[in-house]
Amino acid sequence: MKKVLLLAVFALATAVMYAGGYRVSLQGQKSLAMGHTGVAVINSSELVFFNPAGLVYLENKLNISAGVSGVFSNVSYQNEATGAATMTDSPTGTPLYLYASYQANDWLAFGLGVYTPFGSEVAYEDDWAGSHLVNNIELAAIFVQPTVSFKVSDHLSFGGGPIYVIGSVNFNRNLNRTLTDLDGNRAEVTIDASGITKWGWTAGVMFRPTEDLTIGANYRSEIILSAEDGDADFENVPNSPLTPFADTTFDASLPLPAEITVGLSYKFCKKWLFAFDYNRSFWDVYESLDIDWADENIPDSQNLRNYKNASTYRFGLQYEATKMFTLRAGYYFDESPVQAGYFAPETPRNDSNGYTAGLTFNVGDRFQVDASFLYLRFKEVDASYDYYFENGVAAPFGGQYKSNAFVPGLGVTYKM
Amino acid sequence: MKNTIKIFLGILAIGFVSCEAEFDNRVDEDGFYTSGTANLSNYVAVGNSLTAGYADGALYITGQNNSYPNIMAQQFAKAGGGEFTQPLMADNTGGLLLSGTQVAANRLVLAVDDQGNPGPVTLEGTPTTEITTSATGPFNNMGVPGAKSFHLVAPGYGNVAGVSSGASNPYYARFATSDNATVIADAASLSPTFFSLWIGNNDILGYATSGGAGVDQTGNLDPSTYGSSDITDPNVFASAYSAQVDALTATSTGGVLINIPDVTSIPYFTTVPVQAIPLDAATAGVVNAQFGLYNTQVLPGLVGAGVISSDEAAARQINFVAGVNYPTIMDDDLTDLSVILQGPPFNLDPITAGLLGQLRQANDNDLVVLPASSVLGTTPDPSNPLGVVGVSIPLEDRYVLTAVEQGRVSTAAASYNATIQALASAHDLVFLDARAALARVASTGVPYDAGMLTSTYVTGGAFSLDGVHPTPRGYAYTANLIIEAINGKYDATIPKVNIGNYGTVTATNN
Repeated sequence: MKKVLLLAVFALATAVMYAGGYRVSLQGQKSLAMGHTGVAVINSSELVFFNPAGLVYLENKLNISAGVSGVFSNVSYQNEATGAATMTDSPTGTPLYLYASYQANDWLAFGLGVYTPFGSEVAYEDDWAGSHLVNNIELAAIFVQPTVSFKVSDHLSFGGGPIYVIGSVNFNRNLNRTLTDLDGNRAEVTIDASGITKWGWTAGVMFRPTEDLTIGANYRSEIILSAEDGDADFENVPNSPLTPFADTTFDASLPLPAEITVGLSYKFCKKWLFAFDYNRSFWDVYESLDIDWADENIPDSQNLRNYKNASTYRFGLQYEATKMFTLRAGYYFDESPVQAGYFAPETPRNDSNGYTAGLTFNVGDRFQVDASFLYLRFKEVDASYDYYFENGVAAPFGGQYKSNAFVPGLGVTYKM
Repeated sequence: MKNTIKIFLGILAIGFVSCEAEFDNRVDEDGFYTSGTANLSNYVAVGNSLTAGYADGALYITGQNNSYPNIMAQQFAKAGGGEFTQPLMADNTGGLLLSGTQVAANRLVLAVDDQGNPGPVTLEGTPTTEITTSATGPFNNMGVPGAKSFHLVAPGYGNVAGVSSGASNPYYARFATSDNATVIADAASLSPTFFSLWIGNNDILGYATSGGAGVDQTGNLDPSTYGSSDITDPNVFASAYSAQVDALTATSTGGVLINIPDVTSIPYFTTVPVQAIPLDAATAGVVNAQFGLYNTQVLPGLVGAGVISSDEAAARQINFVAGVNYPTIMDDDLTDLSVILQGPPFNLDPITAGLLGQLRQANDNDLVVLPASSVLGTTPDPSNPLGVVGVSIPLEDRYVLTAVEQGRVSTAAASYNATIQALASAHDLVFLDARAALARVASTGVPYDAGMLTSTYVTGGAFSLDGVHPTPRGYAYTANLIIEAINGKYDATIPKVNIGNYGTVTATNN
């Protein structure tokens, strides 16, 4: 059995996976190791994120989980017609989470979560072939979520709570394909905004028809992050009324789409657990990234995105191998919200498959170390962004993209 | 525990192997693109300002970086091409210093004036490129601005001592390997495996841009007697060109010969309309009255006396109308009447006789050069509002390339081009028909991913602010044409560039 499992883990590690848009699904090492399933898995305080309704079913009075992942992502671009080729040199992303739940009485539990479900860190070579679309971007959003969970019966519970979001964005691109100063330095703009805040909410339900079968559903609301008076820094702009780009402020908004998840988990053969989650993300809210400069001389920047709603199918398996070790593995298929012709290099996402593995090491009764590994790889794709305009004429930017990411993660769980 | 460690080591190993997102077929891997039967390891480009990357009336670093040979060399590098060196200037101001004194003007930039009108102005600033401070040549880019065909084989063309007298070339003087070196010998000393040669444009261009002020030297086989605005004798061209091809093919496995475009289709000649003098009926009447006797008595009289033909008399009729008029011009191909008109029966004063000596009104076959835009219709003497250039003051000969003069240019160009094509064929080299390519830009335009590349001044994208030399985008288009021709001839797959990624004119206010 161990041998089989070993092979399985190897097989998983060679497979692929990823997340659509700028959604980063790394909200718990236990869940991630199982393909980021969890809407119907009663396992740990990771439920604060996955389904607050389940918190009330946790065995311990106090449950705390915290962890961090290292996102090593790579994007390669090339164009066979021109021979242009580049690779990103993106900084390592470090999404974090901290969850705690407290069982107040038999039917009521409280929880608190801090996590980072959205973000993007992509850095291309400066002045690369698509630099008029993006040189680099850093997008981060921290979610703080107090939660309450009610047990209606041993078969049914509800949970939910408000979400407070603190977001920031830093984005640099060249102003267009050709504008330079006298010395040939490409004219560029950096927009920067931080401390953008907004409220949202989440709610879930959990249904346990039998001891072994759990069914869950969870909804997370849409949150539109609106940056007001962010800083726009224009560099290398020639001194001419024909190029009226001067440092100014900007308004822009970026939607974090609503997401609904339904799923189930099933215990079998005593030590095994199977989980399935289905996510539907309502990305159609992301129609366009519009930047409104305070300086009226600068034409506003409109960047069509036209995302579509997208689904993710997640499968996970857990095996309690020994008293000390619990092993996990998973797979997911993630549908990209990016439609043909809207493939912008700041979020180079096409459909992908994801494979995960991980384990929990029990240190005594109260303390656990959770490790996970995720390997994301996007199929090589020929794609283009067709809605970049020069003097009203579309100048499509396309080529071949190939992306991947490998994400080792480590967490700890404490319960009492 | 042991198994756990194994599992993790396995995962990590696989993780590292898969770290990069690798394409199945990488364009930056050896062998993706091929140079076919051409050897691009040592490419040398020989020519004039076009090869050097001259633009906006000057040579400067960013222009050089966007020279067609440099653009080609960057693409060659993807198909096994080697390093490509250029005699880069010291700055992006343009202009040259000779022992501290400026001898070449700074670049032109597009500036917006007080009224909000954009137009070319010379960039302010002191150039830092000193001719006497030699760059160490030779370079892969042996383009020498101003060079004519015979200059490339002329010893001493790069001698600093001759720059001030005009005997040698300030650009070549920067990097000639010795005082007595020739451009072509310096180029050949690099033992090129592949070359391009684009020379001969200046053999007609100087004549054309000076409005035909020079001399058509056809028949004069001694180029040392030529002035800078003269047309080179086709045999002189053929002999110099042939020697250059021989020198370059000595070591090359292949090369490209580029022919001479029709210079009259460039914005320098097509921007200023020939019909440009607006007059109301009253003014036209006053002016016509002054030419009444001249039209009805003097000209017919001269025909009767056998001094001029009736055709010439017809061409010399002066007649203004209410509306937009053709300017009066000096045409040195007309019979000079200034002496005859001073004698009987005309007895005109020398000034009037001089004015009428080679006068006519322009017509649709004449081309007015770009610099004329700053004089046409002006009143140079503020105290004499009637002294309007193009009406009472004829436009000088140097501002107009007449049909006769255009004929001389095109005859010479046709002869040069026949030589170039014949030598390409004899040496089995690529023949690039730049003439046809430029004609396409000038007539229909050439589409690219976000528009149309045309010859329209400033906005067309192909020509820089001097109206003669291409923009980076124009040079990129040229590079693509040559790459395409090389791919066809040598079975190569060198990738082209996207010309939309190359800039056009630079906007800057001083």
